[in-house]
Amino acid sequence: MACIKRKHLEQYLEDIEVFENPKVELEQYPTKPHIASHMLYTMQASYGDVENKLIADLGCGCGALSLGAAMLGAGTVVGYDVDPDALEIWNANCAEMEITTCQAVLCDLTQGFPSYSFPKQFDTVIMNPPFGTKRKGIDMEFLQMALHMASTAVYSLHKTSTRDHVLSKAEKWGAKGEVLAELRYDLPASYRFHKKQTVDIEVDFIRFSFPKTKCEKVKS
Amino acid sequence: MKLLTHNVLSSKCLKGVSVGYPLRLNATDIKVVDVDYNSEFVSRMIPKINYSALYDAAQSIGHLNGLPDAVVDDFESNEDFLKAVHHVLLEVDIVSGDLECPESGRKFPITRGIPNMLVNENEVNEINGSNGYNN
Ligand SMILES: C[S@@+](CC[C@H](N)C(=O)[O-])C[C@H]1O[C@@H](n2cnc3c(N)ncnc32)[C@H](O)[C@@H]1O
Repeated sequence: MACIKRKHLEQYLEDIEVFENPKVELEQYPTKPHIASHMLYTMQASYGDVENKLIADLGCGCGALSLGAAMLGAGTVVGYDVDPDALEIWNANCAEMEITTCQAVLCDLTQGFPSYSFPKQFDTVIMNPPFGTKRKGIDMEFLQMALHMASTAVYSLHKTSTRDHVLSKAEKWGAKGEVLAELRYDLPASYRFHKKQTVDIEVDFIRFSFPKTKCEKVKS
Repeated sequence: MKLLTHNVLSSKCLKGVSVGYPLRLNATDIKVVDVDYNSEFVSRMIPKINYSALYDAAQSIGHLNGLPDAVVDDFESNEDFLKAVHHVLLEVDIVSGDLECPESGRKFPITRGIPNMLVNENEVNEINGSNGYNN
């Protein structure tokens, strides 16, 4: 099934529409096709965490990661975002790409949705969370929720400067994080109050998984 | 909104709500879409979903399409059963209507296929700022 090439995935992702008027307070910027395709490809080729899986995409925005996962053969992707405008674009992207395996939920993840469904109902959670530039700690709120929802693995992007903190928090929550790649990420300048057009920041692509013994201990 | 999504949503983060599941479903516009049948995915989903919530939701909107009221024993190899679940779980799409909290009656509208679970600050429990399992 997931026989499309990484390069082709990247090309498909070039065609999806992105935020019309990005909302700075929500840290809205899309995962670039190049990065998104590498992330998704690694998830499938190295770990088999995409094909036939039930996947959640937290802060799904216009759907770069959700649609990419669907193209790689995900069973179903449920995307969650707080911004109705982004989800309209998300819907239009699914229609345009003729993707029928993605669904969206409008919710504020800082209010606890969707962690009140049954724990571990999803196989895999993917996300490119807000880094907490605007609301401190939101990246960790997303991570904690993701770890609650996933039964196999969580894939996420975090600022390299916060790596130790992220990994030790994850361990407290019963998960082991492994840095799969260090990326240079060009953030639109507005996110750092910078005069240049974009600013490169260092970002880790991390896979979190659950060591068997610890997994049982997570209270539900 | 597909019934698979309905199956993973609850309203437990509302103040005073203890279970908030399953949400009552009212549909005013339903569309049936064609989704490629993937037996492996469907059979993997069966132990993960709340089957009775799926059954009740499908029944309440008149889209059971022959879905039995309980999981059959040989579900992994029973193609008829898997196809029935596939249809109800993934092909029935609620375009508009609402979801209703079974305890508080709070309604969450579904528009253009997207359930709106946004609530006001004063409607949510304070302790659950981030998640439901570390308190
Ligand atoms: C960095 S963008 C990533 C967008 C998309 N996943 C992608 O990869 O292109 C972060 C997303 O998180 C969403 N977001 C920010 N705060 C949120 C919250 N409290 N609840 C849900 N989503 C939120 C934003 O609307 C935005 O779409």
